[in-house]
Amino acid sequence: MILRRILTVAALLAACLPNAGAMAQTTLRIGLAEDPDVLDPTLARTYVGRIVFASLCDKLVDISPELDIVPQLATEWQWVDDNKGLVMKLRQGVKFQDGEPMDAAAVKFSLERHLTLPGSNRKAEISALRSVEIVDDHTVKLVLDKPFAPLLAQLSDRAGMIVSPKAAQAEGDKFGEHPVCAGPFKFTERVAQDRIVLDRFADYWNKDAIHFDRVTFLPIADSTVRLSNAQSGQLDLIERVAATDLDTVRKDTRLKLSSITSLAYNGITINTGNGERAKNPLGQDKRVREALELSIDRAALNQVVFNGEFAPGNQWEAPSTPWYVKSMAIPARDVAKAKALLAAVGTPHPSFTMMVPTNPETLRAAQVIQSMAAEAGFDIKIQATEFAASLDLAAKGDYEAYLIGWSGRTDPDGNIYIFVSCKGPPAINSGHYCDPDVDAELDAARTASTPEERMAHYAKVAAHTLDDRPIVYLWHQKWLYAMNAKLAGFKPYPDGLIRPQGIKMP
Amino acid sequence: MTAFLLRRIALIVPTLFFVSVLIFGLQQLLPGDPALAMAGEEQDPAVIAFLREKYHLDRPLPVRYALWIKGVAQGDFGESIRIKRPVKDLVLEKLPVTGELAGLAMFVALTIGVPAGILAAVKRDTVIDYGATMAALWGLSIPNFWLGILLILIFSVTLGWLPASGFVSPAESLKQNLLTLIMPAFVLGNAIAAVMMRHTRSAMLQVLDSDYVRTARAKGLSEWSVVLRHALRNALVPVVTLGALEFGALLSGAVLTEQVFTIPGFGKLIVDAVFNRDYAVVQGVVLCTAFAYILLNLFADIAYALVNPRLRT
Amino acid sequence: MTAEPLDVSLIDIEPVEAPWQRTVRQLKKRRMAVAGLVVVLFFVALAILAPLISPYDPLATSWSAVRKPPSSLHPFGTDEIGRDVLARIIWGSRASLLAGVVSVSLALAVGVPVGLVSGYLGGVVDGILMRLIDAMLAIPFLILAIALAAFLGPSLLNAMIAIGISQTPIFTRLTRGQVLVVKHEEYIEAARAVGNPHYRIVLRHIFPNIVPPLLVQATLAAAAAIIAEASLSFLGLGQQPPDPSWGSMLNTAKNFISQAPWMALWPGLAIFLLVLSLNLFGDGLRDALDPRRG
Repeated sequence: MILRRILTVAALLAACLPNAGAMAQTTLRIGLAEDPDVLDPTLARTYVGRIVFASLCDKLVDISPELDIVPQLATEWQWVDDNKGLVMKLRQGVKFQDGEPMDAAAVKFSLERHLTLPGSNRKAEISALRSVEIVDDHTVKLVLDKPFAPLLAQLSDRAGMIVSPKAAQAEGDKFGEHPVCAGPFKFTERVAQDRIVLDRFADYWNKDAIHFDRVTFLPIADSTVRLSNAQSGQLDLIERVAATDLDTVRKDTRLKLSSITSLAYNGITINTGNGERAKNPLGQDKRVREALELSIDRAALNQVVFNGEFAPGNQWEAPSTPWYVKSMAIPARDVAKAKALLAAVGTPHPSFTMMVPTNPETLRAAQVIQSMAAEAGFDIKIQATEFAASLDLAAKGDYEAYLIGWSGRTDPDGNIYIFVSCKGPPAINSGHYCDPDVDAELDAARTASTPEERMAHYAKVAAHTLDDRPIVYLWHQKWLYAMNAKLAGFKPYPDGLIRPQGIKMP
Repeated sequence: MTAFLLRRIALIVPTLFFVSVLIFGLQQLLPGDPALAMAGEEQDPAVIAFLREKYHLDRPLPVRYALWIKGVAQGDFGESIRIKRPVKDLVLEKLPVTGELAGLAMFVALTIGVPAGILAAVKRDTVIDYGATMAALWGLSIPNFWLGILLILIFSVTLGWLPASGFVSPAESLKQNLLTLIMPAFVLGNAIAAVMMRHTRSAMLQVLDSDYVRTARAKGLSEWSVVLRHALRNALVPVVTLGALEFGALLSGAVLTEQVFTIPGFGKLIVDAVFNRDYAVVQGVVLCTAFAYILLNLFADIAYALVNPRLRT
Repeated sequence: MTAEPLDVSLIDIEPVEAPWQRTVRQLKKRRMAVAGLVVVLFFVALAILAPLISPYDPLATSWSAVRKPPSSLHPFGTDEIGRDVLARIIWGSRASLLAGVVSVSLALAVGVPVGLVSGYLGGVVDGILMRLIDAMLAIPFLILAIALAAFLGPSLLNAMIAIGISQTPIFTRLTRGQVLVVKHEEYIEAARAVGNPHYRIVLRHIFPNIVPPLLVQATLAAAAAIIAEASLSFLGLGQQPPDPSWGSMLNTAKNFISQAPWMALWPGLAIFLLVLSLNLFGDGLRDALDPRRG
């Protein structure tokens, strides 16, 4: 009798379990390649932090996979006053994760915080902004000193993230420990180097697009380990799969792959004018730099180091983007011409040191470049340097060549201006390249009003810089994601961010 | 005895001072400007200037040291430049993780090493002795990160029995927690097991040869009774004290083990902090672990001195 | 009766054996130690003869032979940019052996004199030096080595310096300990009384006594140094590409563990064998030098 009772109860419980499963919390576990830094949109500085922000903090506008500007917290906008003013209408009924309403005052507060908080990393991005005027409860006007075409692109990233004024004022610069924004998930907890946990924000304005109760970000630096976690099912989605692991992912039926060419580029930055170490054939004579470029077979480089998975490139924009200067295509390898150039300069065997951050893929690429360039007569010494130390050496001009990349920005201005402009920060334009004609074109591209006009200016910039070659662009990485084969709705974007809207596990 | 104790305790201060100077110097003099490393990708000069000001990077070295030590004396170990959290919080967060790993590793080391050492001593110069000694040598000679990689290859990638990486806190799931720690604890403990085995063996050999034990044998006690009740007690003292000193080796080993298995403990914290030029973190963590190590040494010395009055010089 | 002169030739006098002869004899009896020495010498030969016996140039890349499994053409397979693994193992022995030799030599060159001075002089000098040594020992070895290597910059030479400095305290402690034991022996006091200058006492009387334990410790330290170099290379701080080192080969291999496991197998095995042999030899040496045994 008692036994029968027990069995009945057990059966009932067992019957409940599948339902319990349906009621159970759904979690999306994402594996990141690094541990993000501080989660304050004003102070944050890492690429990987932006992936977390995509779930945590909505911004005024967003981008589409085709790099068009689309509404997010702002629904429409219009340039006024000769492109010196941007009037933006805000979405109605948006709440912050602490319940406070998002309105024009909150937008004004956030933008001013980006401009004025000591140590703000956003100031340089929106320095063109002079003031923010409140037109009415849901309309703001951004006032500029002069037209600045990249502004909307900046507002599609951290500079456009709107934070809760109440929370920000309460926490001050400790805001990053408990950020409060208007995104689909709110901050729950963070254990450094272990996990970041965000829970669904019930009052999110676009809540129908969100199909998970919780998002957990797990930083796992080693790509092999990250992949094995995905294979064993401990992670649902991982970013930056190593190019050499793609075959493994393709063969594994538990996983599926998603990829897109990124906005990033990698190349060799050459010290052409910063200090003593610029005074060598490579730094002084553009023909030597041309010979270097001609000695490299970008397709083979891509094949050997990245299994052919990345995209070779020769400009700061990838060939697949609308901003690529089509008239200046990727040159083919030409060792004979390289040798002829070096002979003409009088240095058939130039020798230089290439500083390479201690990253396995980059070091591999460096070795391949060293080997290829040797066939044209170059004697390249690889100087593996810790990334932190390399930044310092570059800023000081204590290098000859630097194999380094840039994570890429939506607007082309972000990928070229600070690198070759005379006004570029010394730590970025570390070779101190300076050409007034190039600067004039870059500035004109900023104030021009149509994409066609801007493109014309960038074509002129390319005509100069691809000839002078202060940077020899080599490849554009692809963002490579591996995920649970059952995960649906994931869309890759060129900025590499993982947007939770639409992702679900059926 | 008191004089001995007081003197040993007094000596901690200059030692810790030297540790602080050493680790401070090693961190602050690392090549690379932390302001550049911590500034955003755009390297905005305004941000760089701000960081220099905030973290006193432009002040002379002795001034920075004084500021740091003053903070430490008040319990403020500074904050991580990278994620802007107090070092103290980070330490308290990571301590249980590495602590659990180290504890399990020690458990592995003791349960394998000590009995193996006893057995080898008792069955001296037999096949068992040779076998155990060789196994210990193998354990000492294998690079622990290679062992880790091999184990991951076998048990995670091929067999799928154990998770390849990560750490689940015991509060969340004890079973998962132990599963994630089996391989790391074994890898970390295996070298220590080898050391413990050798120490135990030689301590036991010394005791087994002593008059005290010879008397016990002469009294007609069985060999195992002699071993377990008389020899072991005396042999264990040097073994235990040496075990305490292996703490330093545990932390060294933890650095690599946590890297291979992606366990968010001290080891990983320090390695990442060195590469990120996150000074305060490295300085704070090393100071704490050095202090713990010095204390353990002190206890070991006291235990030794209690047992052997002749050593109290 | 006339006393017969003593026929010396009939007296069986045991020839006095020099200590080192005795040690060698003891060593020869221990087969494992001898085996260890043989293996070590094998690796040394490998390192010296590398240019002659290596089947390929360890830096020669080949785009078509990327990550090929072991075959008759490449007995150990090829690595991630097409270099022959066997060639890199052979040439990599140089980095590992250098790491052992240079690190330990540095540690000895600095540690022994400091230990001698500290032990002999005693007093305040000894006090301060010992606190410094204690401080270095209080910082976990690998962490100290990492900090030093990062401080000096990633390269094989700097890794060896870092490891050497990290190992100095052990030798200092050992030397000092021995000096303390011997310092108060009667013959030392006698030598002082006769008016021997300090340096001669240290060199002639004290130093020879500490050589045996130093030798043993040096052998074992060399083994530890080799593992330490591999560890630093594993973290990216040691030998930099394209130059081969077993540790940096392991560092790269871990990224390809499932596709090309041979890349991780051979370097790890090489490190293991070399370190094991050094440990075996060191153990045997310790036993052979122990006057109580044999």
